[in-house]
Amino acid sequence: MSFRVTQPGILSLLQDGGRYGHHRIGLTNGGPLDAEAFYYCNRLLGNPPGSTAIEISFGGTRLEAQVDSYICLTGADMPMHINGREVPGWQVVPVRAGDEIALEFARHGCRAYLGVADGFDIAPSFGSSATVMREHIGGLRGDKLHTGDTLPCRAVAERRCLSLPARWRPLYQQHVTLRVIPGYQQSRFSRLQQRRFFSHSYTVTDRCDRMGYRLEGPAISCEIDGILSEGICAGAIQIPPDGQPIVLLNDRQTIGGYPKIGSALSLDTAHLAQLAPGGTVHFAPITPHAAHNALHLAHSFRQRAPLQEQQP
Amino acid sequence: MELHSVGENAMMLYLGEQASPEVSARVQAAATMVESALGDDLVDLVPSYASLLILYDALATDHLSVAHRVRTGLRTLGDLATREGRTVVLPVYYAPEAGADLEALAERAGLGIDQVIALHTGVEYRVYAIGFAPGFAYLGEVDERIAAPRLATPRQRVPWGAVAIADRQTAVYPATSPGGWNLIGRCPVRMFDPDANPSMPVSVGDRVRFEPVSRDRFFELGGELE
Repeated sequence: MSFRVTQPGILSLLQDGGRYGHHRIGLTNGGPLDAEAFYYCNRLLGNPPGSTAIEISFGGTRLEAQVDSYICLTGADMPMHINGREVPGWQVVPVRAGDEIALEFARHGCRAYLGVADGFDIAPSFGSSATVMREHIGGLRGDKLHTGDTLPCRAVAERRCLSLPARWRPLYQQHVTLRVIPGYQQSRFSRLQQRRFFSHSYTVTDRCDRMGYRLEGPAISCEIDGILSEGICAGAIQIPPDGQPIVLLNDRQTIGGYPKIGSALSLDTAHLAQLAPGGTVHFAPITPHAAHNALHLAHSFRQRAPLQEQQP
Repeated sequence: MELHSVGENAMMLYLGEQASPEVSARVQAAATMVESALGDDLVDLVPSYASLLILYDALATDHLSVAHRVRTGLRTLGDLATREGRTVVLPVYYAPEAGADLEALAERAGLGIDQVIALHTGVEYRVYAIGFAPGFAYLGEVDERIAAPRLATPRQRVPWGAVAIADRQTAVYPATSPGGWNLIGRCPVRMFDPDANPSMPVSVGDRVRFEPVSRDRFFELGGELE
């Protein structure tokens, strides 16, 4: 019982909540770039949080159901058809063995999550199914999906066809404000450089991937070129010698020696990862207190956003 | 010692300014302390040369509680017996056919190949950090006579097991990958094997010695040359 990949699209990766506890041997965390959309995908399906789904970047993916079950697509606005009939996103829809599921390219945003009732059944590697291609770990063979791949899952006869009403869904726009906790080598950037960083707009370059988003805008200079290599958390904003910020994401290296000016909130990097090259970004400083409150409120909101039952 | 919030679920503990065996030992002791002080609130730890990145569950605890528990633990750190890492011996086949930069490095250093080997094997290294790629252990410090800057143009392909030097650090490439370090030999031991338990022969804080082996012994131990 499974889904078969008939067309992988540009980049489709199996992801669960991420791989933690192995940074010490150099394994990064992986996991969904847009944790918000991923969370809703599993919540709508009635799955435990962190159940394995497919992260589809940009679209163009086709699957054939070889099982009767339920699926749900969240995240980027990627029109989905089942046997040629358009079906809505942010909603649980039934599929039957033999159905063809086709995703077009995204109209807004660029990462979507396609989940199945009870999640895909992928053997964990270091405790997680998250695919990190750079490490050749997780997913199937540590690689992205290819034509002919089989994605095992259970047959599920009954599931409520819940949807997240449109007004609760995130909006993926062309501009994102990243709230930043100043930290790391922040004190090695002069006041002028910090003001420049927080008051200008930066553009997403074509060097944006699961390791990090390289931005372009007014160059930020630092008093130091490098530091003794140290641990890098997700969202850390590295300023290499050319002064152009890189927001480090899920597949980043675990340690590095470039100075960092602070770290962006995960709530906002989720939306950054929905930007394609040309999208723009602003940075806004916040305190660790405010970040903590924002995380709790967002978590509470995601758990409680009302779901509606639809007729399948 | 300094402790700062660096992210929504991250605190950085600095235990020194420079890499040294003493600072590295403090990083190890602090890592052990943080594990017990935070228990299930701890998500991950990244020990490095002179720092420890602490990742915690921000929905279960907060930066104030983490800072309090870490500071309290640090007060007793001096009493903790420093965990003296194990010493791991890694065999290396040193030869131009196994280390493409061995001759150039020897020439630049004004040494014979045998002297380079003697200097590389004559030091007990410490695993200061693991990163860059799974299983890539940064070992220090290399005798300054054979320290060598990174290549101006990194290689597209460095084979797994390559033993290499960059500045005063040395490492064994865990997997075939691009790389810019100076290659001086090959080690037949896999530095990272996801199917093995443990998946790495060394941990941060361990000591490593290299032992020269013959070409035949290298192959017996499972080494490969292409």
